[in-house]
Amino acid sequence: MGLLDKQFNSDNIVITSVEDLFNWARLSSLWQVGFGLACCAIEMMATSASHYDFDRFGVIPRPSPRQSDVIIISGTVTLKMALRVKRLYEQMPDPKYVISMGSCSNCGGPYWEHGYHVLKGVDRVIPVDVYVPGCPPRPEALLEGLLKLQEKIRNETMVKKSA
Amino acid sequence: MKTAEEIFNLLKEKFSGSVTEFKTDKPVEPFIIINPLEIDKVCRFLYENSALTFDSLVNLSGVDDANGEKTKDQSGFDIIKGGTLSVWYHLESIKFRHKLVLKTSTDREKPEVASVSEIWNCANWHEREAFDLYGIIFLNHPDLRRILMPYDWEAGYPLRKDYQNPEFYQGMKVPY
Repeated sequence: MGLLDKQFNSDNIVITSVEDLFNWARLSSLWQVGFGLACCAIEMMATSASHYDFDRFGVIPRPSPRQSDVIIISGTVTLKMALRVKRLYEQMPDPKYVISMGSCSNCGGPYWEHGYHVLKGVDRVIPVDVYVPGCPPRPEALLEGLLKLQEKIRNETMVKKSA
Repeated sequence: MKTAEEIFNLLKEKFSGSVTEFKTDKPVEPFIIINPLEIDKVCRFLYENSALTFDSLVNLSGVDDANGEKTKDQSGFDIIKGGTLSVWYHLESIKFRHKLVLKTSTDREKPEVASVSEIWNCANWHEREAFDLYGIIFLNHPDLRRILMPYDWEAGYPLRKDYQNPEFYQGMKVPY
């Protein structure tokens, strides 16, 4: 169900539901927090650069969490950093989304057993929408993760679901 | 340029009480063992003596020798009582192109070593790291705080051989 399904053939008029319009607006300009943690951040920057061009999906890094829609946890979340990540997440306005990028932030990665300083998955402090596997994931994988997130947002509804 | 043995003889002459041994039998560079509470005086001499001029501290690292009495607690974790913790100093003179390795061992239960951060400023952070991960107290250090682990980390010193990770930190589960 896309936005333009109910398009009339003439007069530049589009009829759609408010929900579809909002979802379309949200998923088309996901501003990310300008924030990177470890080697995955290098790959995230490569994704933002001209070759992979994150901007064609409306993703630009925003230097303030208060004006961002999505936070990409790109790298190893240490216990010391976890508290800061949580605070950044709490500073973002709703609706907000989280992409966990790479093995470290998914589950602790190579530090899962002997990493005395590593949080074993960022989902222990903030809720995650999309997990992107890889060590680090290639830019294509991060783009795929973003497309998955857009798909999720496209199907969101403002109506409270009845259980 | 001086060999390590020549430097040891110089030191032995001047600090007969605090410079104890010159070791060459290990498969590493020859090193000199020094009393932990006198290491700052020896280093000051190495730095200031015009024939030695060790103007660069290349590395300062802590080691848990784990040579104390080992026991197991109920859940099977190692507990080490007694023995030593060591600090290694790798010095180099850029002027004369000679190198030197110093080692000092201190009591594990009361690990105190004199700080050399007044001589080489870079030792400041190296000593903080050794304090953070091994709990070695550097006497007269200007700012001996944790440097890598969180300031409120209470579970001990992570690179000690009998370290046990805590179950929780600030409400976050630590083990996998």
